[in-house]
Amino acid sequence: MEIVLVLLIGILYASGIFMLLRRSMVKLLIGLTLLGNGANLLIFLLGGITKGKPPVIDTAAKLFTDVYADPVPQALILTAIVISFGLQAFAIVLLKRVYVLVNSDDLDDLNTPEEEDI
Amino acid sequence: MLAAVLSGLIVSILYIPFGKYLKDRLSICVSFLPIALFAYFASFIPTIRDGGHITFHYPWVPSLGINLDFHLDGLSLLFSLLITGIGSLVFLYAAPYLKGHRYLDRFYAYLSLFMAAMLGLVLADNVLLLFIFWELTSISSFFLIGFNNDNADSRKSSLIALGITGGGGFLLMAGLILMGHLSGSYSIQEMLGANEYLKGHALYGWILALVFAGAFTKSAQFPFHFWLPGAMKAPTPVSAYLHSATMVKAGIYLLARLNPVLGGTDYWMYPLVIIGGVTMLYSAFHSLFRTDLKAILAYSTIAALGILVFLIGIGTPESLLAASVFILVHALYKASLFLTTGVIDHETGTRDVTRLSGLRKVLWPLSIAGILAALSSAGVPLTFGFIGKDLIYEATLHTVGVLPIVLTALALLTNVLVLYAGFLAGIKPFTGPLPQNLTQVHLPNALMWGAPLVLALLGLLFGCLPFLADDALLNPAAHAMLQAPIGTSLKIWHGFNTVLLLSGITLVSGVLLYVIRKPSQRSLASIERFNAWSPRHLFGKVAQYSKAFSRRYTHTLHNGFLRVYLLRIIVFAVLLLAFRLFTGGPIRLTLDQLSPVSVYEIIVAAILIAAIFLAVTTSSRLTAVVATSVIGYCICLQFVFYSAPDLAMTQFSIDTLTVVLFVLVLFRLPPFLNLANRLTRIRDWTVASAFGAVISLIAIQVLNQPFDGAVSRFYGDNAYTLAKGKNVVNVILVDFRGFDTLFEIVVLSIAAIGVFSLLKLRLNASEKE
Repeated sequence: MEIVLVLLIGILYASGIFMLLRRSMVKLLIGLTLLGNGANLLIFLLGGITKGKPPVIDTAAKLFTDVYADPVPQALILTAIVISFGLQAFAIVLLKRVYVLVNSDDLDDLNTPEEEDI
Repeated sequence: MLAAVLSGLIVSILYIPFGKYLKDRLSICVSFLPIALFAYFASFIPTIRDGGHITFHYPWVPSLGINLDFHLDGLSLLFSLLITGIGSLVFLYAAPYLKGHRYLDRFYAYLSLFMAAMLGLVLADNVLLLFIFWELTSISSFFLIGFNNDNADSRKSSLIALGITGGGGFLLMAGLILMGHLSGSYSIQEMLGANEYLKGHALYGWILALVFAGAFTKSAQFPFHFWLPGAMKAPTPVSAYLHSATMVKAGIYLLARLNPVLGGTDYWMYPLVIIGGVTMLYSAFHSLFRTDLKAILAYSTIAALGILVFLIGIGTPESLLAASVFILVHALYKASLFLTTGVIDHETGTRDVTRLSGLRKVLWPLSIAGILAALSSAGVPLTFGFIGKDLIYEATLHTVGVLPIVLTALALLTNVLVLYAGFLAGIKPFTGPLPQNLTQVHLPNALMWGAPLVLALLGLLFGCLPFLADDALLNPAAHAMLQAPIGTSLKIWHGFNTVLLLSGITLVSGVLLYVIRKPSQRSLASIERFNAWSPRHLFGKVAQYSKAFSRRYTHTLHNGFLRVYLLRIIVFAVLLLAFRLFTGGPIRLTLDQLSPVSVYEIIVAAILIAAIFLAVTTSSRLTAVVATSVIGYCICLQFVFYSAPDLAMTQFSIDTLTVVLFVLVLFRLPPFLNLANRLTRIRDWTVASAFGAVISLIAIQVLNQPFDGAVSRFYGDNAYTLAKGKNVVNVILVDFRGFDTLFEIVVLSIAAIGVFSLLKLRLNASEKE
């Protein structure tokens, strides 16, 4: 299964980068989301994947008695998901403002001509 | 001592709040500062005369070897008295000179800052401290030279001066750090003990080259001399101060100070003698062709600096005594000539020497000052300049081999030309008939003609009674340069000998030259034909090309297109990572540890890939957003399969929220336009696929590594015992790493405020919604 996940991560990264390189701001945002998902999955995979053993201690016990999934990457990814939501929410609203002002979705329309020979 | 050095800095800071009250009549009050400092330093004369020295030590940054160490010996005292003494006169002189100027307060602030920096420079014993003051003089002189900031030439000149002296300072810093590092101490007094080690070290040549670079740029030696004539754009009191006793003498001071540490070798002597010789002859010759009084003085100043470098290079006791005498001689007559020129410029409105004559009839006290200073620069008997010139010939004659003839001839020629320049600046404007247009000229405020007169009379006084300056100042100064007693003292009369003959030849040929040659605009034009080969022109070209280069470079790398930046960063990262991957050993894949694959996992992966494909290729915005959400849910399912219920829940809710937000905000936008052409898309796909492949390969490599679960075990073992929680992920987030979560909440709150304010913001009234 790891091989399938590695493949998925590669595809997520590649398509994320491709979308980042587009001129449309919406595509840029989608690229950002894809890249974030890819990164989360990568951390998840590298922490080692375990099926059906969540890192929750049995109600009766005080310590783990069985193997359990690694909690550290999970804690990291949880933080990452929430933060990336903050970023996306801000970016989406910002994009909306820019669209209202410039009336275009094209990043190149934001470039003002540079002043020559200051 | 610390207070004395810092007082100028404090005064210049006080000008920020109180400057506006000190503008008019009160501006003269600030002159008490240099006068008080002069008295303070003069009180050390008895100690220094008796062979003593004074050391002050204040720890500042001891761990870096930077201490506020000050050392007052003969050399420092000579310079301190010149800085504060001429400083006092310049402060007094500038009050009437710049009366009513709107930036008079700023002027005094810069001047105080400059004086403090100069004092610190000549008193510092720690080389790093010395460097700090060295840079401060460059910076404050930048403001002084560019004081007339509404004049483009003035701004350009100050930039050139800062560029040259700042660049030299940069090299000097390297040299000083090298010295301190090798000798094990940053104190000059302690370096004296390590001088043999330094001179024998393999890096000695580098140290010399770096220190020379600093000294030559500061003291305007050929080929860095051209900033000095440019600096004449400054108000005349500034020129008088910077170019007679302070700024340009800093390089001379440095060489004199380091002479006992680094000097006495051929590597020290020849560069100094050659560069000093070239400079003095080149610039003395140039002064022949100038018609602007200040330009004449500028070139003769460079010549004087060349003479000083030359004398320090010779390095014999006579030459060092001659150098210390000439420092004082030159400071007195050059400051006097500059101040005289300032008055002439102020009263007549011109500095063109061809249009000035006969001013003795209207400015008679000034004419005394000018003529006395010119005589001292010529070295007429009974002026201080005579003693100075005698000593120079004495020094050149007492060298070995063929040097006496060459060096004496060089000195003779330079002295003749310097005499000519001095006469042109000090005598020419006052003699001859008074032109009709100058009859209305009247004598200015007494402070303005008094200052040059005092300096010129001092030159006469020391010329008649040389012992006044000798025991107290000049011998101790030369002693400090040599670190041994000098053994000779100054005399007016040496008897009939070669030196006297040489002095006579200088005088006669100089006066003849003055009588025969008249300055004219034609000769000025004739020398300007060579401008294309002048160092100034070459430096200008270098600056121009490097500016053009950096502009092109910036425009190429920083062209304002986000995707171009991203593309470069990604390509670079791919190359770097790929290089490391392929040089780091073979890529292996061990299949035995992998977990099995089930059918439903394959189905989810297939949906995921299909959704990605749709998101990338669709031309509908809404479809793309929906496809993105499908991707998120598929990843959510992966979390479910592999024992991460918390992640699955979070991903599910966040993904839902994102889609809602996307749709709410963006559903009105038009469909995607395909803005890229085929070639761009292929290029982007190649780069993106390469990046994806590299990441996949890294993931495979990491999977092969043995995994150390110590951190995870710690949390697993202690989640319940220490934090009383059974869901380990939650315990990590809210307990073990609770502060991280707190800051995460802060970040989210900031984002929320940002979102809210962006939605509420109305940039103009017509904007609806």
